[in-house]
Amino acid sequence: MTPSPDQPGLIRAVGARTLGALGYAGGMALLLGSTLRWAFRGIFSPRVRFGGRALAGQMVRVGVRSVGVVILVQLFIGVILALQLAPTLEDYGQVDKVANIIGTGGFRILGPIITAVVLSGFAGASIAAELGSMVVAEEVEALEAIALNPIRFLVVPRVLATLVMMVLLSVVADLMIAAGGYLASRVALGPQAYVGYFKHMQEQLRYRDFTTGLIQAAVFGLLISVIACHEGLRVRGGAEGVGRATTMTVVYSIVAIVLAACVFTVIFYVFEI
Amino acid sequence: MNAPTGLDRPSSGRRPLIRVADLVKRYQDRNVLDRVNLAVQPGETMVIIGGSGCGKSTLLRCLIGTVQPDGGQIELFGRNLADLDEAQLDAVRKRFGILFQSGALFNSMTVGENVALPLREHTDLDEDTIQIMVRIKLELVGLRHAVELMPAEISGGMKKRAGLARAIALDPEILFYDEPSAGLDPVTLAEIDQLIVGLSRKLGVTSVVVTHEMDSAFRIADRMAMLDKGVMLKVGSLQEFKDIRDGWPTGDETNDLIRQFLRGEDEGPITRRRQSTDYEEDILGTAERY
Repeated sequence: MTPSPDQPGLIRAVGARTLGALGYAGGMALLLGSTLRWAFRGIFSPRVRFGGRALAGQMVRVGVRSVGVVILVQLFIGVILALQLAPTLEDYGQVDKVANIIGTGGFRILGPIITAVVLSGFAGASIAAELGSMVVAEEVEALEAIALNPIRFLVVPRVLATLVMMVLLSVVADLMIAAGGYLASRVALGPQAYVGYFKHMQEQLRYRDFTTGLIQAAVFGLLISVIACHEGLRVRGGAEGVGRATTMTVVYSIVAIVLAACVFTVIFYVFEI
Repeated sequence: MNAPTGLDRPSSGRRPLIRVADLVKRYQDRNVLDRVNLAVQPGETMVIIGGSGCGKSTLLRCLIGTVQPDGGQIELFGRNLADLDEAQLDAVRKRFGILFQSGALFNSMTVGENVALPLREHTDLDEDTIQIMVRIKLELVGLRHAVELMPAEISGGMKKRAGLARAIALDPEILFYDEPSAGLDPVTLAEIDQLIVGLSRKLGVTSVVVTHEMDSAFRIADRMAMLDKGVMLKVGSLQEFKDIRDGWPTGDETNDLIRQFLRGEDEGPITRRRQSTDYEEDILGTAERY
């Protein structure tokens, strides 16, 4: 379709981008819909076997392998938080509030979001690369040809595994941020910060701080895995296509995670959750 | 001679197992398949030949339902694929098997688990029975010793055999082969051909083989069909194609094109078509510009 000479290139470019983005979002929504449909059928219908072994395998691959990195990263995030907050708090003589702030910030948002960014690599890129390679090797087509739905077989276990593992890892992350903050307080910030650290944190935190964090974690997990599966299954063109899918998965995942976090934050703020 | 339609007049009264009518598939602005007609009778081995890019792989994918055509009809077992919903299409898929070019084994499972997968998912057989059947299928393709190996641990020829064992797991009525000879040495190639012929006889399956390996084609075919740039040039018996191959050029463009392809010659209608007609203008035009 050739543009008419008086059609400005800018409008065409913007239009194309918008349509492309809408098309992409639509494709993702369809994939999500199919995934949920197959997941429910797997739970409720006796004839559709669930593939427990596949699910367990994916959970190991997504979650168990990334625990070490999550622990390390979140520990340091806790340290960083404490040391960054302390000077300002000291100005107001409130350095004992370090525990309160780290608890709230960590449990509500930092635990889930940093974990999600870590998993966009461990889970997202890895899933996209794996599915993309399968597409190139005609394995996905072979699945279809033996009357096995690729979404049921490949996407559902990966999405569920990522979702479950994101929630579990976020719990670990929350604890590690708290521990990192305590470590920094103990080593650098003095008794006013570390004495009663965990008591202060416990007094500050409400259940909803914990649960809103986990809800977000689950949504992040869903986003990462659906994006990864969508990119992986759409691969065209061999190794280069796989590489591109892997990269775009990480990029899109991070953008989606942050956007979702923002939406959640606004909602929680407005409704005072 | 009338333009070949590929649709058999049912002289024997038998209904074709596979029927393709006026199939059209477009890719961007090109006709990858241009009103293709084909009929495959039960029990026969139909070999579809043609050069690279002639559309034979696309035709195969339309037949197995992984690519939707833009026009025309495909019937398998008397049912029009376009009329079927996903569940019905799955039911049809269980009645055929396909060997992909590289075997397309699932790399995360062993050879045995690959072959067992259709049995586990589509039958209610218990595990012991499945294990026995897996070994039977692998024995048919000469791979019983590889049952515990991973696909990464076996050679290309073995991967194809394993893919074939998986394709026959559910005792299909039709077997599709996508370039079964690709990447194989001559001896393994001949062994695979023997396997194809043998399976056809032992199991009574109808076979559709897509290939451009002519020695193979003449070894295994009952009938052949030649595609060229999306157009079905000829569908006929093995003998008809042998006559074209062994006969003299007739001056008929289609006949000579087929003949050049069958004989693998470097001169003929195909080569003439590929040569650019404005070489001098192109060169001299470029020279003038500078």
